[in-house]
Amino acid sequence: MGELTQGTAREVTFRGGGFRPGTRRGVGLAVFVVLILLAEWGTRSGFISALTLPRPSDVLLTFQELYQSGMLFKHLAPSLTRLFVGALIGASMGIGIGVLIGLFSLVRAGLVPLVAAIFPIPKIALLPLFVIWFGIDEASKYALIAFGTFTPTVVATYAAVDNVDRVLIRMGQSFGLSWWSIVSKIVVPGAMPGILSGLRISLTIAIILLVAAEMLGAEYGIGAYILQAGSLYDLERLFAGVVILSLLGVAVSAVVAAVERRVLSWRV
Amino acid sequence: MDLKLSSVSHYYGDTQVLRDISLDIPSGQIVCIVGPSGCGKSTLLRMLGGLERPSEGKVLQLGDAPAGCLNPLTYIFQDFALLPWRTVHGNVALVLEDHGLSRKERDAIIADVLARTKLTDFADALPKQLSGGMKQRVAIARALAVNPAVMLMDEPLSALDSQTRELLMDDLVALWTRQPFTAVYVTHNLAEAVRLGHKIVVLSRRPGKLREVVELDMPLAERHHGDPALEAQQQHLWGLMRDEAAAADAELIDG
Repeated sequence: MGELTQGTAREVTFRGGGFRPGTRRGVGLAVFVVLILLAEWGTRSGFISALTLPRPSDVLLTFQELYQSGMLFKHLAPSLTRLFVGALIGASMGIGIGVLIGLFSLVRAGLVPLVAAIFPIPKIALLPLFVIWFGIDEASKYALIAFGTFTPTVVATYAAVDNVDRVLIRMGQSFGLSWWSIVSKIVVPGAMPGILSGLRISLTIAIILLVAAEMLGAEYGIGAYILQAGSLYDLERLFAGVVILSLLGVAVSAVVAAVERRVLSWRV
Repeated sequence: MDLKLSSVSHYYGDTQVLRDISLDIPSGQIVCIVGPSGCGKSTLLRMLGGLERPSEGKVLQLGDAPAGCLNPLTYIFQDFALLPWRTVHGNVALVLEDHGLSRKERDAIIADVLARTKLTDFADALPKQLSGGMKQRVAIARALAVNPAVMLMDEPLSALDSQTRELLMDDLVALWTRQPFTAVYVTHNLAEAVRLGHKIVVLSRRPGKLREVVELDMPLAERHHGDPALEAQQQHLWGLMRDEAAAADAELIDG
């Protein structure tokens, strides 16, 4: 008792590593840079023919021309307006109705099947209908984008409301808080994380629908620009348009991330 | 203001969880309810505060709540139930916001209860920055803020480690000694019951029946950890509960 065994001493093997995602700064950027450099090298050396892929430096030049001619903002301004107005209408209606579904059994029973029915409809297929309803102008594009952002936001919101800690709601009731106080001070803030991660998805869908709507009928807009380039097989311009969309996606994601950092700083 | 349970029974579906419970909760006393797990003690507490309706019998409130009482029946929960997005100050403010108090009145109440629970320096901290014991002190401060007639405590110390539990028990005793409050304290920890209870109610296993009511006369401030008289009481209670607890443990959850 108390004596240690005599014999060879070996260190205990460490086996607890991994499975812990951490932040690696710059790696994402490096992947982009490597892919672009590969494309540049491939097109310059002739390994990739000019018909397969435009040379990245040419795309950059096209982009520069677009900027200098002032056409960039002529296309970007209407696109951003459509995105903003459409997504704002869709997301706010989605959050509102999602909260109502989460709170009232009757609304849930009535609307959840309806949402399930309209969720899988490719919204772009309804554009002709929207053109008849709202006219060929901006209103039909707003409607399309709003409709497309609405459904995923509704689903994310009512799921988030369902996930609000019931203990907190019980607490609110036990202190005699009014119904409105419980909803505005407990339910909605508690559902915020889920609502914001839903918003990430629905805003991306909004960008896709924006382009689709602009391709079907718009004089200016990123979608129209890409469509023009595509029909002329002008790959440089096509890619310049695609790059704008990618940047738009990154920007939207960054905005949501910034909002999350601000609104959800209380999270562990 | 006193509370009275008059032959309360309760069913979940076909399962009877409480059978014919009659109990008086006189003001100024702490009534501890102990019993094996699943004996319906938490259900009983929810009924006392109006969060659940008994299937049979009545929960009665005798007399009116004293003036200045914003929420006569106030809970303290096992898992604290603090809003993670509000600071300590904000969490206490939450329960005062619906009472039409001016900002100055609210801040005065909050400053007072935070001082009483020794949290003044942490008013701007978020719950995620606090230890378990501090979180529960915030919950106690929040309960004190509405000046309750009866505090309903559902295993308030069960989520804490034993050192923190001792410290918080001392805090509760100090709060009570300064200003006696009425409380119903549900716990499965007999040491807590003999330290804090003026009256200890032992429930049998499901369906919960009143097994015995033990009255302790020793003043709260004189009860200390390891006191032989309290140890003896605790042994007596454990004797009552031991077989029930063993039988309850061997039951299937849905049995």
